[in-house]
Amino acid sequence: MNSPSMKTVHINAPVSDQAVADLSQGDIVFLSGVIYTAREGVYKRVLETGESLPIDLAAISNINFHCSPAASRNNDGTFNVGAVTATASFRFGKWMPDWFQISRAKLIIGKGGMSEESYRDMFLPAGAKYLTTVGYGTGALLGRGIKRTIDALWLEELGLAQALWLFEVENLGPFIVDTGDDGSSLFEKSNNHVNERLQMLYKDLKAPTLSRYGETTSREDEVI
Amino acid sequence: MIPISAIEKAALELTSKASIEIPPDFKNGIKKMTANEPEHLSQFVLQSMIENWEAAELDRRPMCADTGLPRFYVKSGNEAQVEGGFVALERALRQATADATHAIPLRPNRVHPINRHDYNNNVGQHAPEVQYAFEPDGDWLDLITVHKGGLFGTDYRMLFPGDGVDGIKRFFLDVMVQFGRRGLFCQPAIVGIGLGGNKDTCMRLGKEACSLRIVGERNPDPEIAILEQELKDLGNSIGMGPMGYVGNSMVVDCNIEIGYTHTGGMPISIHTFCLSSRRATARIHADGQIEYRDNPNWFTPYYRREGIQ
Repeated sequence: MNSPSMKTVHINAPVSDQAVADLSQGDIVFLSGVIYTAREGVYKRVLETGESLPIDLAAISNINFHCSPAASRNNDGTFNVGAVTATASFRFGKWMPDWFQISRAKLIIGKGGMSEESYRDMFLPAGAKYLTTVGYGTGALLGRGIKRTIDALWLEELGLAQALWLFEVENLGPFIVDTGDDGSSLFEKSNNHVNERLQMLYKDLKAPTLSRYGETTSREDEVI
Repeated sequence: MIPISAIEKAALELTSKASIEIPPDFKNGIKKMTANEPEHLSQFVLQSMIENWEAAELDRRPMCADTGLPRFYVKSGNEAQVEGGFVALERALRQATADATHAIPLRPNRVHPINRHDYNNNVGQHAPEVQYAFEPDGDWLDLITVHKGGLFGTDYRMLFPGDGVDGIKRFFLDVMVQFGRRGLFCQPAIVGIGLGGNKDTCMRLGKEACSLRIVGERNPDPEIAILEQELKDLGNSIGMGPMGYVGNSMVVDCNIEIGYTHTGGMPISIHTFCLSSRRATARIHADGQIEYRDNPNWFTPYYRREGIQ
């Protein structure tokens, strides 16, 4: 596997089509401007219950962060946001096509990427790419990048973890571009590389005496 | 008599330390791995984590927003007496957890398993857990808090004596590979293994092995120490690094703890303690003095005793 580019890129939100197109797989990205959080709570409410978004989201930002902050509410109604870490994105695949249409999001940020299939069928047709957080997580560094909480929408209805948070950010990062222009995923490329060695590692290790029912038996599969 | 105010104060401070400060043994282990990591992208990830720990300590904010599941380990000297007794102690630990959740802030992670109700303070039925152990000749209490992440990287299996060490290696590889892809267990991690015992003892020992021993400590049983090293090397030879990227940084250390088990079986549990290994330790003396330290020293010769005494 070739080493990825690892070029450092600074992007302003809302992000332009050109800026998304210019991102190469493996680039290291930092963001400034306005971003929002939306995950299963928001997706269900908008896409399954059919409720309208409480604001014109597309006019404000096109960067969707799959995250819940470690935050508490101060007595004066303001928020104390400490650390910020992404949640695993693979669970949200089924909502993405409709979400792209309604939100016109161009960058999705989260943990662990999504499948190459979803990049080819959903992301690239929408002109969107996926950025992964680093290490899981650089919660303190990301917390530093949040300059201001603009609003926390649906806080009562969805709770602190699932609310739609609007953040003003400055040099928020680092993130790594996972989506390639061909719809490939850096995670899946890494998987394929590891798979080449697996057979050799397992070669002399016989199967256990008592086997288990399971959903997959191939160790080249992912379990997500 | 240990004053209850000292216990509450120590529990609050430990909760804050655990969520913000990476333990020095873990940090040194990761620094060594970073220096030996040949892949640039994996090295970049590790370097970012080191910067993240420094930012967390400078800003006094949690190193990760998933602040795990707060719990306590209490080791009581045989002569220790707590003001108000152990009911007062448990109340103090629950109060400190609720207070710290708002003050730091921690993420209110603890919810009802079915209806998902959240008291927003990390307290609830059996939360935080409190685990006890005892030690001869002491009037002190050791208080350790661990906030382990909980979603990926743990598995249990009943193996049999015929499966042998190869069976252990195979199951170890299974866990590393299935949860290592895309970095689900947030590696490199301390891998803790419980070997033997009953099923619950096996799970407890494995979890304690990963969260209560420091990086670089070997099990005093030479046979177990060799297996620890072999599994650590095996994990780092998969070709997988942080986030599941190509690399060789997977296991910071492998700690195994054993318990005597059923003559027909060899149960095993595997646990991983992630890149935000949250643990902090203090000894509270009878006069209320609090002494913070890095090594939990949970596994004493007495705790691992084999005979009647």
